[in-house]
Amino acid sequence: MALQDQDRVFTNLYGFHDFRLAGARARGDWDGTKALIERGRDTIIQQIKDSGLRGRGGAGFSAGLKWSFMPKKPDGRPHYLVVNADEGEPGTCKDRDIMRHDPHKLVEGCLVASYAIGANTCYIYVRGEFAREAENLQVAIDEAYEAGLIGRNACGSGFDFDLYLHRGAGAYICGEETALIESLEGKKGQPRLKPPFPAGAGLYGCPTTVNNVETIAVAPTILRRGSAWFAGIGRPNNTGTKVFCISGHVNKPCNVEDAMGTPLKELIERHAGGVRGGWDNLLAVIPGGSSVPLVPRSICDELLMDFDSCRAAKSGLGTAAVIVMDKSTDIVKAIARLSKFYMHESCGQCTPCREGTGWMWRVMERMVRGDAEPREIDMLLEVSYQVDGHTICALGDAAAWPIQGLIRHFRPELERRIAERHGQRQAAE
Amino acid sequence: MSDTIAFTLDGVSVEAKPGETIWQVAQRQGTEIPHLCYSPAPDYRPDGNCRACMVEIEGERVLAASCIRKPTAGMKVRTASERAKASRKMVFELLMADQPERQVGHDPESRFWRWAERVEVSESRFPERQTPGPDRSHPAMAVNLDACIHCNLCVRACREVQVNDVIGMAGRGHNAKIVFDFDDPMGNSTCVACGECVQACPTGALMPSTAVNAANVRTGYADRAVDSVCPYCGVGCQITYQIRDDKLLYVTGRDGPANNNRLCVKGRFGFDYVHNPERLAQPLIRKDGVPKHADDKVDPANPWTHFRPATWEEALACAAGGLRKIHDAHGGGALAGFGSAKGSNEEAYLFQKLVRTGFGTNNVDHCTRLCHASSVAALMEGIGSAAVTAPFTACKDAEVIIVIGANPTENHPVAATFFKQAAKRGAKLIVMDPRGQALKRHATHMLQFKPNKDVALLNAMLNVIMAEGLFDQQYVQAFTENFDALKQHVKDFTPEKMAPECGIPAERIREVARLYARSRASIIFWGMGISQSIHGTDNARCLIALALTTGQVGRPGAGLHPLRGQNNVQGASDAGLIPMVFPDYKSVENAEIRSQFEKVWNTKLDPKRGLTVVEIVNAVLAGQIRGMYIMGENPAMSDPDAHHAREAFAKLEHLVVQDIFLTETAYYADVVLPASAWPEKDGTVTNTNRQVQMGRKALPTPGSARQDWELIQEIARGLGLAWNYRHPSDVFAEMKQVMPSLANITWDRLVRESAVTYPCPAPDQPGADIVFGDGFPTASKRGKLVPAVYSGPGEPVDDEYPMVLTTGRQLEHWHTGAMTRRAAMLDAIEPAPIACLSPNDLPRLGITPGETIRVSTRRGTIELAVRVDGAVPSGMVFIPFCYAEAAANLLTSPQLDPMGKIPEFKYCAARVEKIAGQARAAE
Repeated sequence: MALQDQDRVFTNLYGFHDFRLAGARARGDWDGTKALIERGRDTIIQQIKDSGLRGRGGAGFSAGLKWSFMPKKPDGRPHYLVVNADEGEPGTCKDRDIMRHDPHKLVEGCLVASYAIGANTCYIYVRGEFAREAENLQVAIDEAYEAGLIGRNACGSGFDFDLYLHRGAGAYICGEETALIESLEGKKGQPRLKPPFPAGAGLYGCPTTVNNVETIAVAPTILRRGSAWFAGIGRPNNTGTKVFCISGHVNKPCNVEDAMGTPLKELIERHAGGVRGGWDNLLAVIPGGSSVPLVPRSICDELLMDFDSCRAAKSGLGTAAVIVMDKSTDIVKAIARLSKFYMHESCGQCTPCREGTGWMWRVMERMVRGDAEPREIDMLLEVSYQVDGHTICALGDAAAWPIQGLIRHFRPELERRIAERHGQRQAAE
Repeated sequence: MSDTIAFTLDGVSVEAKPGETIWQVAQRQGTEIPHLCYSPAPDYRPDGNCRACMVEIEGERVLAASCIRKPTAGMKVRTASERAKASRKMVFELLMADQPERQVGHDPESRFWRWAERVEVSESRFPERQTPGPDRSHPAMAVNLDACIHCNLCVRACREVQVNDVIGMAGRGHNAKIVFDFDDPMGNSTCVACGECVQACPTGALMPSTAVNAANVRTGYADRAVDSVCPYCGVGCQITYQIRDDKLLYVTGRDGPANNNRLCVKGRFGFDYVHNPERLAQPLIRKDGVPKHADDKVDPANPWTHFRPATWEEALACAAGGLRKIHDAHGGGALAGFGSAKGSNEEAYLFQKLVRTGFGTNNVDHCTRLCHASSVAALMEGIGSAAVTAPFTACKDAEVIIVIGANPTENHPVAATFFKQAAKRGAKLIVMDPRGQALKRHATHMLQFKPNKDVALLNAMLNVIMAEGLFDQQYVQAFTENFDALKQHVKDFTPEKMAPECGIPAERIREVARLYARSRASIIFWGMGISQSIHGTDNARCLIALALTTGQVGRPGAGLHPLRGQNNVQGASDAGLIPMVFPDYKSVENAEIRSQFEKVWNTKLDPKRGLTVVEIVNAVLAGQIRGMYIMGENPAMSDPDAHHAREAFAKLEHLVVQDIFLTETAYYADVVLPASAWPEKDGTVTNTNRQVQMGRKALPTPGSARQDWELIQEIARGLGLAWNYRHPSDVFAEMKQVMPSLANITWDRLVRESAVTYPCPAPDQPGADIVFGDGFPTASKRGKLVPAVYSGPGEPVDDEYPMVLTTGRQLEHWHTGAMTRRAAMLDAIEPAPIACLSPNDLPRLGITPGETIRVSTRRGTIELAVRVDGAVPSGMVFIPFCYAEAAANLLTSPQLDPMGKIPEFKYCAARVEKIAGQARAAE
């Protein structure tokens, strides 16, 4: 069953209405925020936990649980909330529209979430390329300050809260939470080794929670409408609504908010006008942004779009960026292009990623042409497994998974190209 | 123990100490996990980037870098699981893809290749990519980044350990690369050549240039290694000589208490002077009929114009005979000796004993007179002890660090690394100096006050402390005396009044005084800027007063630390190489003390204090002193008004010079005794931290050159003394009899432990780093506060000589340059004399950088190239004094501090002129 209009959180996702404070208020934002805060830290965290909200940045970790990791008793260090708005995952553009068209949802969320984790300061790290989005967000922040919604005695709650917008400088890796923290501190954006996790020692060595824009932006609505409402949407352990970004070979690419667990096919056909040339023309889908392994048509038929279902299909929901590829796609070339992206965006800090991403791309380029030996398919797979899980951050995994997905589902295609090229060479001799 | 962490390592239950990493526990358990980017050396933060040390932890999806991961209770770690082993192998294979072939791979014995062998990776299946070419732009280091594995050990070495911030990792991803500054060739960068990166590099991408051939392949492999201590500055870095066929190949840093493996350019690359062809290898006797005159010069490579070779028998007979003749004719007062702060404690002790018992005079001194004599005078007067109250490493516990009149990045480079680290950690670093310096960049406060105005500035700080009640009442009452007199004295020195005098705004003076006085622990370091002044003692008195009034002494992170200049100036002073005192600073004028020494030395001793360095020179010219024995010192270069000093040496009836090179002083010698360089002898030295350290013989002496201690003994025997020491350890044993400071420190212990700090409470306990927590070794057990008189310079500037001349050292050169100018790398980096001038003064004087200029004072004139130096304030010229061809000390003033008898090297009036008709160098 499709998501009912009244259950949508982001009611101005398409920018049909005013993004400013007046418009936001008309949509119900900033309504009784003081009362939300007055519920107290523990209650807010519990309600977020109860809602089943899982992080919308890709990893799908329970947001309430993450907030609960923050120290309960202050040890003299300030706490920080850092919002990850460095949306750079290829195929993903949901945070962009939230900031552009519904920024007050985020600003209000920052206040509520900061209160819940005991942070008087929050930084929003916005992807550098998002110039207009940063402008709108800044307008919303200024309006909120002006209206006394944030700043000293925010919303009259007695809670002092400062919110800063910081713009990144264009590195994909700064979307990794610890690299983002490094960058925010003014350093080169390179991921930190964990532990310590940010909740123990994050920004400036202080307890820090890093959350995705969407995660924070839905929080006030969850608190207002109740955990049970949110938990009632979707499937167990995969609750609530989610903004999906559908791109690629569909008739009407779009961002759309729908229930978690919506079948992939339904999602594409209802919101994106279906696959170009019909469902049978579908070759494969990358369901969660460029980092997750692709799933071939055969799996797409039955795939439900939520964390656990995608995982069961040996892929991932990731950022819910659905990249649709029809049969005109050179699938090897498509994945090779992703390999190039990861090579380019590797920070270069650790060996397997720095060396491995470059090497994998070079081999992928040859695979595109079939200019390789059959045994190199296994070597490629082996290297991808040696990169996966052995790097400082998840970029190594992200570089490995698309290749693993390709070999898992399209090995015959790789072999065919190699054989064909061998044939061509022999014929030439 | 309750605070250990129990976990399972490879199926065995083990306990980790708090803070220990999995790698460290495994190492302790006998399992060495492969590692490239991790160095177990002190101060190297694990970074976890190479992924060569990955281990598997039960229940975790990803592998963990064992070098950085700390175990938690109950954790199950497998260091050798198939998954871990495979991932580590892959790391080596990926890295090897871009490595040059092992045999031509710069260093076939690098840690990388040895580990690759152990994890059984010998070749890579992966194609290599384009790699960078060699960079041989630096004289001392070879850079071959094709072997670089991006482990960033060199970055940490440069930025975190030595805090020089030259090396960085530029670019991203597979374009990441090591760069020097803004991707400059190393030789053109701001690299100070400490070589820490070379020592840290696990691949041979960075190597000492002496260890590689023209094809950038390692050639030098040591056949033995000898642990010793660096012979340059007072820091006392422990080193290991790497030797092949009795030649020094290169030097590595060792984990000594003062250096934690670190070295500077001199300590790492400045040792080939020992193999210089100009080394004296046979005794020389002055040719008959070759007169001595002050302006004479001898070519050290060809001394035969003035000297003839002699046998040891003849040379020693001549040396001792000449001294004896003067002694017999004119008495001991007609003789004098200059010992050396560059030799061992044993040599210093023997030398002063020779002068006191053989010459029969206290006319024995050494270069401490030219460096910290005034500090010693003030410290003896104030707190009854001339040594530091805390080691420089105490800065790690300090909240406020004052560095005044010192330029440690050049003169005590390894000590400076600790200051820079402390500043990075967040300590307030207050640098006070008329001349800017590299430490300024790390300083929270830079007070570039007017030259010679130390007392104005420091008394103003004391005024603030008194006026604002910032002194420590309890401490003052318990441990000091004369407080009220000091308080009264500094009343007039208000910051407002002193601000125009010293050039520092009153508010700034207040701020710094408050910071210093109020901090939990403040420590003061000072150098020649304080001491080399005719009011050097007053300068130092102010610093002592700052510490004593505020109780900033005797606690961790607090104290007074004059940074001692030469490697053994502390030890040589302790050993009695001072005209007023016997070993351990016992007055020669005290009859009771004298009789003790007479008993031990079995001879009558001169009851009068002797003359100091500059006084001896004057006494020679006055005809009072006729013969001298100079060992390992070069006063013809280091004395102020050097021409005057040279006239004195030329006038001597008999001069015996014992040295390793034919120094400028040896030009005037009657006999030259070729002696041992530091790496050629056994002996102990005492650094600025009061750490007595063991130097070991690593090389044979060249030709027939002999050990210094033997030569002193030979001279003693020639003077009729029945000395019979067989080894420096015999001398050390005798020193212990007369020097209570060496209690519980034995030769054997030093052989075993390499370094022991004095005072030391027991044979099996470490020495006391921080002293005087509960009073001072004075008669009253209290520290004496002595008001400092504010007076002007000895020679103020005037219309005729309108500039201030100040002298000092350079990072690459040591003292008078006798050693460093014969060290190929050091000479290559700084080959020629320079005068540093402010960029503001050059246009005014019509001078272009690089041009040869003339610098004159009332005492002399030299010509040398000019260098623009933003650190030099307007109206000042700075000249390093190590260059014989333009000796700065021909210009300096011989006026002395009345108490410390130290000359004013840091201030005299000078004139800087363009040389007419010279083609403009820049055009």
